[in-house]
Amino acid sequence: MRDRFVEKLDQLQKELLEMGMLCEEAIMKTYRLLVSTEKREENAEEIDRLEDEIDGKEQSIETISLQLLLRQQPVASDLRRISAAMKMITDLERIGDQATDIAEIMKTGSIDVPVEGVAITQMAEFTVGMVNKSVEAYVNRDLELAREVIDSDDRLDAMFDDVRRTLSEPTAAEKFSNDQILDLLMIAKYYERIGDHAQNIGEWVEFSLTGVHRQGKKAYNVFGVYTK
Amino acid sequence: MGKIDIKHVDLYYGDFHALKDVNLEIPANKITAFIGPSGCGKSTLLKSLNRMNDLVEGCKITGEITLDGEDIYGKNMDVNHLRKRVGMVFQKANPFPMSIYDNVAYGPRTHGIHNKAKLDEIVEKALRDAAIWDEVKDRLKKSALGMSGGQQQRLCIARALAVEPDVLLMDESTSALDPISTSRIEDLVMELKEKYTIAMVTHNMQQAARVSDKTAFFLLGEMIECDDTTTLFSMPKNKKTEEYITGRFG
Repeated sequence: MRDRFVEKLDQLQKELLEMGMLCEEAIMKTYRLLVSTEKREENAEEIDRLEDEIDGKEQSIETISLQLLLRQQPVASDLRRISAAMKMITDLERIGDQATDIAEIMKTGSIDVPVEGVAITQMAEFTVGMVNKSVEAYVNRDLELAREVIDSDDRLDAMFDDVRRTLSEPTAAEKFSNDQILDLLMIAKYYERIGDHAQNIGEWVEFSLTGVHRQGKKAYNVFGVYTK
Repeated sequence: MGKIDIKHVDLYYGDFHALKDVNLEIPANKITAFIGPSGCGKSTLLKSLNRMNDLVEGCKITGEITLDGEDIYGKNMDVNHLRKRVGMVFQKANPFPMSIYDNVAYGPRTHGIHNKAKLDEIVEKALRDAAIWDEVKDRLKKSALGMSGGQQQRLCIARALAVEPDVLLMDESTSALDPISTSRIEDLVMELKEKYTIAMVTHNMQQAARVSDKTAFFLLGEMIECDDTTTLFSMPKNKKTEEYITGRFG
């Protein structure tokens, strides 16, 4: 048994789990910015701090992964798991960036009242669930859960369409200024992108468990050979 | 049909059941690697491909091994001719205590070639094929024992190639060499597969992954799994293969 190797793999998993939790926390904080105007500055700064931590985790996981590749020459499921982790952290890091982008809009933009009557807050909650499940699927090697995340992105896309429709209706103009509508639309788009990244993570989990990586309707095996 | 087809082969050393119902196809002009823990039967199988096990007392083999469709354990098989067609390179380089030239010319002479010009031609071609000609062309009459380990092993490959085999068996042929010599032999083997069919036993899984086209995993005398090398090392189908190649046991 390669004890040190297994120990390092466990560490990789632990760090990835923590990175996922930081991303969830950052998204949750954006949700709070949307529903309440209290402590807006503080919450936005907290998101910046979380983003720094997320970036630090990315570097640390990258280092562990490269050390494992260098020293252990992993194969089979170990190779798939480590390479999947290296791809997943790129998506998690982007999720952190997008949470910061939302915070930036909330801090400096036009939205000075709690957002009500638009499905953006549901989008925020939904993306937290997607990110949580995608990382949990990796940690627990749960293929079903990974596929649930992949499939759930369609629901988030539908929510985004709903938000866009709501914001283009005359009633929205009565409630929000043009600048606010534009800011809200951008925020909704950021949540929609966060969902895409969570979906990507789900796809990498699926790859780590099956050796097949899907991209849209196409699927590729480990070495890039077109399979179906 | 493979260059070599192994069908339902069982092999016993006395009471010890060393190979259990092994079925395997070794394709022409490809490198097939045999991997597995010590005592799993991989070297036994390799040796049975040119009947080296005939020399082991109490060895009994059943089933069928064919070379180009011909049963190598059949009554009409000339063992000397078989070993000419299926050459072997061992773990430790074993040059004869004679000149570099004579080492390579030994096999052809045994098979009746004595014409100097013809022998010169065979020796040069074999040394070139073994990627060692440039290093030894000016000292062909010098003793082979004065060469480095890596050179000696390439000389042994040249000696095997000099009798123009169809198949080359390599039993841990780089395990005693430094990384540079190992890398030269790996490059050489990958070039040789254009002309020859190669079966190699290796304990070095990275080597199997680097050079072979097909890999067979053995455990306790059974062939557990055989697949395209990239598939076997990325998505093995059998749990035992997965556990062995990822270092969970063995």
